[in-house]
Amino acid sequence: MSGIIEQPRFSCALAAQQTVAAIPNAHPIVHAGPGCSSKAHEFAGTGAGFQGEGFAGGATVSCTNTSEQEVVFGGERKLEDTINGALKVLNGDLFVVLTGCTADIVGDDSIGVAKRFAAQGYPVVGTETAGFKGNTYYGHNVVLREIINQFVGNAEPNVDAKLVNVFSVVPFQDPYWRGDLIEIKKLLEKIGLKVNILFGSSSDGVSEWKNIPNAKFNLLISPWVGLDAVKLLERKYKTPYLHYPVLPVGAKETSKFLREVAEFAGIDKNTVEKVIANEERIYYDYFLSKADFIAEFRNSLPSELFTVADSTYAIGVSNYLVNELGFIPKGIYITDSPADKYKEELNNILVSKGEEFTDTLTIEYDGGLIQEDIKNKIERPEKTVILGSSWEKFLALDLKSKYVYLSLPLNETVIVNKSFVGYDGGLRLFEEVYGSVFKSSDSVVRGISGSR
Amino acid sequence: MAVFKETAEVDVRERRLHSILSYNGDAQTLIDKSKEKALTCKGRYYGQCAACAESCAETATCFIEDAAVISHAPIGCCINASRFNIATRAVTASRGLKTQSLKLVSSNILEKDTVYGAAEKLRHAISEADRRFKPKAIFIQASCASGIIGEDLESVANEEEQKLGYPIIPIYCEGFKSKVWSSGFDAAFHGILRKIVKPAKKKQADLVNVFNFVNSDTFSPLLAKLGLRVNYLAPLSSVQGLAEMTEAACSATICETLSTYINAVLEEKYGVPEVKAPAPYGIDWTDKWLREIAKYTNKTNIVDEVIEAEHERIKPRLDVLKEKLQGKSVYVIMGDSFAHNMANIVKDLGLKIAGVTALHHDQHTDSDKQVNTLQELVTSNGNIENFSVCNSQPYQIIKILKKVKPDFLLIRHEHLTTLGTKLGIPTFFAGDANITVGYDGVIKLGESLYEALRTKKLIDNIAEHAVLPYSDWWLDEVDDPLYFERSNK
Repeated sequence: MSGIIEQPRFSCALAAQQTVAAIPNAHPIVHAGPGCSSKAHEFAGTGAGFQGEGFAGGATVSCTNTSEQEVVFGGERKLEDTINGALKVLNGDLFVVLTGCTADIVGDDSIGVAKRFAAQGYPVVGTETAGFKGNTYYGHNVVLREIINQFVGNAEPNVDAKLVNVFSVVPFQDPYWRGDLIEIKKLLEKIGLKVNILFGSSSDGVSEWKNIPNAKFNLLISPWVGLDAVKLLERKYKTPYLHYPVLPVGAKETSKFLREVAEFAGIDKNTVEKVIANEERIYYDYFLSKADFIAEFRNSLPSELFTVADSTYAIGVSNYLVNELGFIPKGIYITDSPADKYKEELNNILVSKGEEFTDTLTIEYDGGLIQEDIKNKIERPEKTVILGSSWEKFLALDLKSKYVYLSLPLNETVIVNKSFVGYDGGLRLFEEVYGSVFKSSDSVVRGISGSR
Repeated sequence: MAVFKETAEVDVRERRLHSILSYNGDAQTLIDKSKEKALTCKGRYYGQCAACAESCAETATCFIEDAAVISHAPIGCCINASRFNIATRAVTASRGLKTQSLKLVSSNILEKDTVYGAAEKLRHAISEADRRFKPKAIFIQASCASGIIGEDLESVANEEEQKLGYPIIPIYCEGFKSKVWSSGFDAAFHGILRKIVKPAKKKQADLVNVFNFVNSDTFSPLLAKLGLRVNYLAPLSSVQGLAEMTEAACSATICETLSTYINAVLEEKYGVPEVKAPAPYGIDWTDKWLREIAKYTNKTNIVDEVIEAEHERIKPRLDVLKEKLQGKSVYVIMGDSFAHNMANIVKDLGLKIAGVTALHHDQHTDSDKQVNTLQELVTSNGNIENFSVCNSQPYQIIKILKKVKPDFLLIRHEHLTTLGTKLGIPTFFAGDANITVGYDGVIKLGESLYEALRTKKLIDNIAEHAVLPYSDWWLDEVDDPLYFERSNK
């Protein structure tokens, strides 16, 4: 890792405004230079398969549009005015202040300003998310922590034995977040849990956040992002957590996931086995209906795999493709810049999913280096699928490989409710990966691909 | 006083051009007040996110065929990289040029760099950009972070320039330095003028500079009718092409806001005359523009014939569109001069101007010889009763739109387009500024509006279900959209 970044795949900490915008009826208030918020939206809103401004994102984000005056004389006053205005002009249940480089270098006490509003009873939370402090994932973790500390606050838990809080993919930074979170919620509801999904249209918004202390347990579905939040909740409300590091994609992992969650939640074994049996019956009916296709099109289908995505997606998706579809992993690139303390663990998690993964993992955020590495490692381009971003599309076209859109940035596709999570997510990925054969060639018959 | 100075930076627009960010009244009054520089750039108590100078500067530096760009910043500042990569690929492909990819790296300024300095990182980024892209020039885009921690870009650039033997150009486009994002265009062009542009060795009598964005190639067919060639600047040019822009017969632009600075300098310092007519949007302005260009290129003998033939050519389709669109009203929301340009097309389609919001307003241009496009708009269309200025601010614009109730919207600011659509107003997004150029541009705009009208069910469906975040107090009880302006409290 050289420190510089070509072909960025995440934005800076301020992009956690998207985390706020993903909570129904919550508003970001950005205390930063005039371009920061728009750029963060452009990347993670627009450049995520057009996830959109929603209710409170995009051009509607309140902003101090910091100029020379605030840099020289301090910007706390301007922030105060902006929060005041936002509370009057906008309807909202929660307002989260996010700072940029300007505010944090000149040393504005932005959190202090936010806390003064909170002390008067306004639902205002302060966070420091200067771009130089970290990336989107860092910012997401900061926002989770501060909302819990400042807004959920000190509460005496009144535990609901069926209630679980879910922390998983990062909204918008995972372009499939809407579909993914709904899928996770549905799966958990099937085994009898009540779910605080916290983000997106299936969340009740702020009331769910206020209800966080009452959960029986917290569920973290991610290798490291969100780990700080569930540990914080354990300290704060004595809520235990289940850390399930692998995003469940496909039948094998999803069934395993449901069994582990059920066991942790103390759900009756028969209940969960019944759910699994039903889901698998449907899943394998679809799956087997493609046996003829697999049998007859083998010569045209990709069988070697490169994945470029964050740790949650890279591991979850590669696991499915290798263990259920028999792909040979050639390179798995994790782009979310995990702290050093997580790196060995990430490799352990991946290798635990199959010996094939030994020596395939690279943790790298410089897209230029990732692509140099793929070019060096690729052996059978026509039999290779590259899962990644718009950057990988062009690499795949150059190499004459197949590609599937998986990770940010995604500027040339429209994502509505697609998800690669769960049983259905596995089937959808099946369609994407094998469907790529037909999309990348003029014409394809069994074993013969027409020129592009 | 000379427009160009041999300083590292060019002054920002609020000081240089007395630019303003808020106004609500009529166009003629704005013209009159601007003549006295009577308006000031005060700011407001509450605002929504705008855009920054860096995001304008990068539109001029990121698409040069053989130049690389370093974003000397935390990663968020260059985060549009993928979109730019796709734009450059798409536009080069559409023009049949060699496919071009983005050549950009971020120095990725982190917390420790804000304490100990980021010069070493910058040097590393320069050497990696040199290794990866083998460029003939490197632009360094400054950022809020690099600016506040006091990075000495001049020294690093000069030292590396010695080492590498090609221009390394700092662009001082720190987001906080100007409230007017268009200051970023000037910052980028100042860098290009300082370090790349050379005096002409020869003149190319049939070459016309056109300053534009990385957009469609619509100027070539237009100027080909006069036997002229287009030198598109700065996107898709090369380092050599930039150096030789002084060889052109004259300089034109899609919009004074984009190029007032560089065109003033080209005329003053290098004797390349700027076309003294508003940009070719709308039939009358296209006529004027072609006649003006003909003067500099020795084509006055054929220009009238060309214009007449063009009028004849588009007439049949134009008549059909006029009949379909007759009497409907259009509201225009765009950056300063480009708003004037687009508003000037409206009458050609039998439509009325409901109003205009310019995203900023320069009270004057860099040279007093340059065209006053707002004056031209009023001369061509009469006074515009609903004329306002604000830098995005959808909370203000929604109040204006609810009052004016236009039939159509023309918008060139990505995130505002959404507002029009959510309000159920058929909206034309002028993301490609070149598409509405010239005679064909009038037809294309008409076709788009006619299509929007016929497919209105889509946005009706959106509007029916859209929930906007604004409070009843703001929408119903406050009268003045500029309620939060500093002068109002």
